[in-house]
Amino acid sequence: MMHVGLIHYLAVSGALFALGLACIVLRRNALLVFMGLELNLNAANLALVAFSRYGGHAEGQVLATFIIAIAAAEVAIGLAIIVALFRRRATIVTDLLRSLKG
Amino acid sequence: MTAYDAIFWFFSLALLLCGVLVLISPNAVASGLYLVLSFFFLAGLYVLLEAFFLALIQILVYAGAIMVLFLFVIMLLDFRESRHWWRGNLLGWLGAPLAAGTLLTALLPILKRSGALAVAPEQWFEGTLENVMTPVFTRYLLPVEVTALILLAATIGGVVLGRKETKP
Repeated sequence: MMHVGLIHYLAVSGALFALGLACIVLRRNALLVFMGLELNLNAANLALVAFSRYGGHAEGQVLATFIIAIAAAEVAIGLAIIVALFRRRATIVTDLLRSLKG
Repeated sequence: MTAYDAIFWFFSLALLLCGVLVLISPNAVASGLYLVLSFFFLAGLYVLLEAFFLALIQILVYAGAIMVLFLFVIMLLDFRESRHWWRGNLLGWLGAPLAAGTLLTALLPILKRSGALAVAPEQWFEGTLENVMTPVFTRYLLPVEVTALILLAATIGGVVLGRKETKP
């Protein structure tokens, strides 16, 4: 059996990204869509950290730190938007929020 | 198979299992809790990659702060989704494999070259606090300041968006 290396971490990261993508595309609850987005960000972070570790440079982990900080801002704004949406429309089912679609 | 490999497989399989449970769980609270669990397993993978600082931040910021916010909003909205969320979403079921396939095709060249990207084990990077934060506060000082501005904007935006609407 092959020893765990960079490619294993990249494969796990890719699978996690695919799960997040499926969550975004398939779920109709806006909160679940948002959770899928978090999974995507974390998959990207895992790939960056793995590249940083096996490539021997700090940049990947520096970028991952920034991504976590930006994700915090994104969650605050996104959840505020979802709460405002729920107050106005009394639903967060993405299929029912279609007033821009004409 | 060494102990390292066994721990890697345990953490990554548990991580992916939690990801699947986030996707298929009909209850949003359960999804949120599985997401927290998956962040813990991801922190375990970070420790395996010797990214100790990021593992700590992952638990403190993600599992601690972001997910508490998530669960708080889920409880606040008290929104019940239909149990059969997978029904009648033909476009999504067609689009998801298509998107995943496109992504995989784009990533395959990188995966194939990943062996060439790796350096010798003695040059592997150790993600201690000092090693990660020294470049952040020297070479990447400007991005830190921009991030601080973004966080400030997010705080103000969150307050404005979360306010009750007042009639003018």
